[in-house]
Amino acid sequence: MDTAKLEFFRGTLDVLILKALVWGPLHGYAITNLLRRHSDDALLLEEGTLYPALWRLENRGLLDAEWGLSENNRKAKFYQLTAEGRRQLRHDVRTWEAYATAVAKVLGARRPPLPKEIA
Amino acid sequence: MTPTPIWRRYARLFGPDPAADVKNELSFHLQAKIDDLVAQGWSPEAARHEAERQFGDVRAVQQIGQRIGEKMERRKRLQDYWSDSLQDVRYTFRTLRRDPGFAAISILILALAIGANIAVFSVINTLLLRPLPFSESRQLVWIAPRPTACGLSCATYSADAYEEFREQSRVYQDVTGYMAFTTADNLRLTGRAEPEPATGFEVIGNFFQVLGVQPDMGRLFTQHESRGPHPIALLSNAYWRRQFASDPAIVGKAVELNGTPVTIVGVLPDSFDFGAVFSPGAKVDLFTPLDLNLERDWGNIVTLIGRLKPAVTVAQALDDANRVAPSIYFNVKYPQTLGRYKGDLIPVPLKDYVTGKLRRSLIALWCAVGAILLIAGVNLSNLLLARAVARAKEFAVRGALGASRGRIVRQLLMESLLLSSAGASLGLGLALILIAWLAHQGSVALPLLSSLHIDGQALGWTVLVAVFTAMIFGLLPGLRIASGNLQEMLKDSGPGAGLGRKHEPVRAALVIFEVALACVLLVSAGLLLRSFVKVLDVDLGFQPDRSASIKVDYDDSAPTEEARQAKRGEIFQQIIARVSALPGVEAAGISDYLPLGPNREWDTPVPKGKIFAPGELPDPLVYVITPGFIRALAVRMHGRDFTWADGPHSERVVLINASAARVYWPGEDAVGKILMRDKEEDRVVGVVDDVHEETVEGGTGSQIYYPAMQQGPSGAQLVIRTSLPPTTLAASVLRALRELNPKQPAAEFRPIQTIVDRAVSPRRFFMLLVAVFAGIGLVLAALGIYGVISYSVTQQAQAIGIRMALGASVGQVRRQVLAGTLRLAFAGMALGTLLALAVAKLISSLLFATSSWDLPTYLGMALALLLVAAASGYIPARRASGVNPMEVLRSN
Repeated sequence: MDTAKLEFFRGTLDVLILKALVWGPLHGYAITNLLRRHSDDALLLEEGTLYPALWRLENRGLLDAEWGLSENNRKAKFYQLTAEGRRQLRHDVRTWEAYATAVAKVLGARRPPLPKEIA
Repeated sequence: MTPTPIWRRYARLFGPDPAADVKNELSFHLQAKIDDLVAQGWSPEAARHEAERQFGDVRAVQQIGQRIGEKMERRKRLQDYWSDSLQDVRYTFRTLRRDPGFAAISILILALAIGANIAVFSVINTLLLRPLPFSESRQLVWIAPRPTACGLSCATYSADAYEEFREQSRVYQDVTGYMAFTTADNLRLTGRAEPEPATGFEVIGNFFQVLGVQPDMGRLFTQHESRGPHPIALLSNAYWRRQFASDPAIVGKAVELNGTPVTIVGVLPDSFDFGAVFSPGAKVDLFTPLDLNLERDWGNIVTLIGRLKPAVTVAQALDDANRVAPSIYFNVKYPQTLGRYKGDLIPVPLKDYVTGKLRRSLIALWCAVGAILLIAGVNLSNLLLARAVARAKEFAVRGALGASRGRIVRQLLMESLLLSSAGASLGLGLALILIAWLAHQGSVALPLLSSLHIDGQALGWTVLVAVFTAMIFGLLPGLRIASGNLQEMLKDSGPGAGLGRKHEPVRAALVIFEVALACVLLVSAGLLLRSFVKVLDVDLGFQPDRSASIKVDYDDSAPTEEARQAKRGEIFQQIIARVSALPGVEAAGISDYLPLGPNREWDTPVPKGKIFAPGELPDPLVYVITPGFIRALAVRMHGRDFTWADGPHSERVVLINASAARVYWPGEDAVGKILMRDKEEDRVVGVVDDVHEETVEGGTGSQIYYPAMQQGPSGAQLVIRTSLPPTTLAASVLRALRELNPKQPAAEFRPIQTIVDRAVSPRRFFMLLVAVFAGIGLVLAALGIYGVISYSVTQQAQAIGIRMALGASVGQVRRQVLAGTLRLAFAGMALGTLLALAVAKLISSLLFATSSWDLPTYLGMALALLLVAAASGYIPARRASGVNPMEVLRSN
């Protein structure tokens, strides 16, 4: 994966993490698994990059963290959305969709724009 | 997610550990991955490799995690601290509301102490710390000769000397000066219905440029305009607003000064207050250029002010002045005057000239308010300690519930900080009022007083003082409480038990310290008061009460000097005859200068037929007077006063003062002797007492009086002596003068007493302030004594009850309580006397004719303190003797 892709990926990662936590608290490993399954393995994530993103979100008050026990009784750090985090997710989703639509429109264009539309 | 297991709650027993948390979190991730891979059939070894490969750089991620973790931890701690503090504040408000009396008294005490501190700091900041209100004011120096006895004439320079000095000196950007011999109301604004008096200073053309003052409107003078007559003037901002109603088109307009049209070339900025810097207490209305050519033969008339080149020190300037002094003439027309100023060109920083004399007084004042602050702090410390003891249970319970000692101390500090902040806010209000009042004390002859205000620095000082006070009075009770054994406090039941008595020595020590400080303040105030009384008792050589003066306008223009003298004599005789006829006027006379004001000398008269070594004879101060002046000021004399017969054509006569007589003819009667001024012979017809010419406190030098009919006076001050209160005559005297001369302006009619009051005003000012501070100190000390005694009576109610039940009389109980009070007072006074002796030595230079061991002062202090101590002990003593034995015994 080259750097350009990584940059793009990182901005998106925050939204994906917030989305992953919509259904309840999860630990970091569970989040990677969830992202992989939901993207049908299309989004390949270098797992290490997940954690700095998590911590930054926690630091910004979008996530709350608490230690708990995992399914197989290991102690793990669980993250959950704060109210602020939910607001942020809604906002990001809107932005993302608008962005994606705009990009899709351009890419899906079939003919050049009329001259007066350029001016 | 399963809830946190119980063991996890102890994981943070030793504080948070972000590094370990990150490690745990990452190793969980890897372990979970490995488990999954193994479950898919990987070998454990291969699974570990694969997990690590998929994860990426574990160590880098770990480092990022640690950094973020630490940052979060710090923020969390800060948040905790703030929320705890907020809780403390809320709690403090609650406790203070429960005890509003305590809060009110503490805040009041603090407001007084802090207010006094802010006010004095502002004064000191304005007068000592802040630079003068000129640009690059550190470069400005005042150049003056060594101090001598011959007054202003020996503190100034001739026009020639100014020019030569300016030309030859190498260390100055420029040198300027102003005419020193200016009296209030020296000008008349004429050309309108009634002539109005105005005060104008003549300055050398480059005066404002050297000071770095820019005009608000118009232009400044130029150096060229101080050569030859230039009828132009600059207005002070205040005068422009007052007299010309802030006329925006004033520049270029002509006004009439003393009957001559003068063009106004500019208006000075409001920030420039000439009087505040150079002539404390004087209001200056306008400035005109000094004509150096005209004044060339008048002797010493200008002061010198220089602006040093950047990076030149005052010491270098002195070297340079000593270099040029030998080549400077007093008057270039007379070669023998070369080198007259050798050793008499001494530059000092202008700031030192303006406020240097006040330094000691101000520092003493600062110490006094510092002492007040300490007393207030100690007092509150005591009050808080008493409260803390009463609240011991509360702290014990809080301690038992898990509050740490640090937390309890912090709680107490928060209380004191809140109290001192409230006190500081109120004190700031008090200081604002005080400063506003001080800034308008025109009658106090202190420099820069009008520029007093509370500025950012004063506010900073307020915060500093508030925090410092909170520390000194909050920390001690806090530490005392925190060091107590909480369990014991809990076990304690009765109010008389344990802890209270344990604190008593501390509280007693605090009171003793407080009394000692009050003692020092009282002694200082007492010594200053005694000095002030002694100053008022000084025999000035004249009697200021029942005399008043007014500046008189006259026109003695005539073709020859003799004709002028004759005309002047006639005018003066008329004025005096007219004024003397007014009901209530006992005597009237005219002099060109009044005592305790500006003055001048002319030359060095020599007693006829005697030979003196050079420098042995004084240059006496010169007063040109009319008959009646000596009587109007009630100066004692022997021989005769001048008479109107001493005219231009009769024998030249003079009066000299006793000091001069002693120098000229030691051991002989000077009356009838001859004084020689060059070829001119003056017969001494009378000897008058020494009159204090410059200061009330200083000594007097030689003085000589000439009749106005034989010499030229510089102006005329009419002095009347009356049996009525002087001010009642103001209107009738002015009317009489107007009848004779319609041009007479409505000059100020000044009782001579106000001149004396003004001369002693700085001393009165400092004395009053220190006295007020001493009063505050005494009241605070009394409060302190009362607090301790009253508290110990409450604590010992049970013991007192038992003693009364066993037969002690009311008197015995009272005596015992009073004895306790006096013990404290005596201990405080003993310590205080020792301190006061040391302090009195330090302020001895501020005293006048008063020894720093002045016994009456110390006795007075002791008496005052004892009375106050007894009074503040008597109330608790009465309460103690009113204890009902049965009730007290039953209550336990």
